[in-house]
Amino acid sequence: MYTQKVMEAFQNPKNVGEISDYDGMGMIGSEACGDIMQVFIKVKDGVITDAKFKTFGCAAAIATSSTATEMIKGMTVEQALEVTNKKVVEVLGGLPPQKIHCSVLAEQAIKAAIDDYLSKKKA
Amino acid sequence: MEGIYFDHAATTPVDARVLEKMLPYFTENFGNANSQHGYGRRAVTAVDAARDTIARQIHAKPSEIYFTSGGTESDNWAIRGAAHALRGKGRHLVVSAIEHPAMLATAKELAKEGFDVTFAPVDEYGTVDLEKLKASVREDTIFIGVMTANNEVGTIQPIAELSAFARSRGIVFFTDAVQAAGSLAINVNDPAVDMLAISSHKFYGPKGVGVLYIRSGLKMGKLITGGHQERSMRGGTTNVAGVVGMAEALKLAQQDMRERAEYVSGLRDRFIRRVLHEIPYVRLNGHPSNRLPGNANFSFRYIEGESLLFSLDLAGIAVSSGSACSSGSLEPSHVLLAMGLKEGEAHGSIRFSFGKDNTVEQVDFAVDRLKEIVVKLRALSPLFPKDCKNEVMEKE
Repeated sequence: MYTQKVMEAFQNPKNVGEISDYDGMGMIGSEACGDIMQVFIKVKDGVITDAKFKTFGCAAAIATSSTATEMIKGMTVEQALEVTNKKVVEVLGGLPPQKIHCSVLAEQAIKAAIDDYLSKKKA
Repeated sequence: MEGIYFDHAATTPVDARVLEKMLPYFTENFGNANSQHGYGRRAVTAVDAARDTIARQIHAKPSEIYFTSGGTESDNWAIRGAAHALRGKGRHLVVSAIEHPAMLATAKELAKEGFDVTFAPVDEYGTVDLEKLKASVREDTIFIGVMTANNEVGTIQPIAELSAFARSRGIVFFTDAVQAAGSLAINVNDPAVDMLAISSHKFYGPKGVGVLYIRSGLKMGKLITGGHQERSMRGGTTNVAGVVGMAEALKLAQQDMRERAEYVSGLRDRFIRRVLHEIPYVRLNGHPSNRLPGNANFSFRYIEGESLLFSLDLAGIAVSSGSACSSGSLEPSHVLLAMGLKEGEAHGSIRFSFGKDNTVEQVDFAVDRLKEIVVKLRALSPLFPKDCKNEVMEKE
């Protein structure tokens, strides 16, 4: 049911962990739903220099977390905000219909981390 | 190590001796058991013999054995057939909250048709609460359905007390013995039940064939209408090879039952002991002792079940998750929720179900892999507490 790319990203996920001196952090989901995604970002001159994640969830949730954080590294904050769940799913070669919500979670967690960064910057 | 199959509650391989008995009924003895010629007679002789064998094994009369397509049809027929036949007498049905979806979904359909349904609660071990069930019964209760043993957590239910109570009140009592058959001795007279369902592929028989036992004299409606098969109670050409295989599989299972149960529960106990000793933050779901010999169900805290299932699969170990994702729905296991588990714990549950061909080496291999996987997934989990050590214990 999962593509080879999903299984690969699930087995060997990239960017696992936390960034202790992060510039932005977002956490989305709930234990009750079976998915929680936490994303940390480091930003320099408007560019995301590092991204890490921790995820409680199914294989699809872990694979999308890995892929999404990999995608936003090196992007400007504005570019990263354009990363939709659709694009993440594309990179993974598709997800089963009932797993699309996992990719939405990844998009939301990244947005939440960027929002956190932007609100801190203002303050 | 070759693939390790720890999902015998989902299905079992067909025993070689069973397959051998079945094969002629696909080819030279392919006749329709309803045909009037020699081909038909040879087929019906085989069907009759299978019916006799199954009847003997469960202490029923051959005329009380109705062949179906499996557990789901038997469950559907039992509750729907009884409800429709007895609707003039009452419209209240009682089923336990941890029944198989084949019962629960049908009960919900019947509720839409105007029946009242009570879903009887269970305790923390998944045992039906006898007193609460009794208290829910009304003047117009016509049907009580409780499974012999639960498919997810393996808890064995107090069928003797439940059936005695139901029948003393003139209420039809049905038990879904699909998971129990092959592991526990089935006798429709001890405890006496009105209806009972079994499915062949759970005890090393073929898929697509099951039985609904209906006590003679019981007023029952039909589910599948058609020809005159099964004493005009269930239409459809008899699955001759299937019923032949089912009879042989049941005979072998009953014959080897004590030995098999002892061996399988030995593997299961070793597995449970090692997991509970060596992996922290694990909960054994279901009753600690009063459970099916092959069943072990755990919740691994801070881990979601499907990611654990796939990791084990990649290591060559086949198990089942009671959780959301594997079934395609987002709901955690209704059984675990009924037992009072929090949704997060229910999402992290995994069922290991052992069979007669598993070995101690496979059990030890699986525990060793499981330990590595749990540590890896907990390192990924934002829920794992920072002040706890993510580690496992050495084997004793």
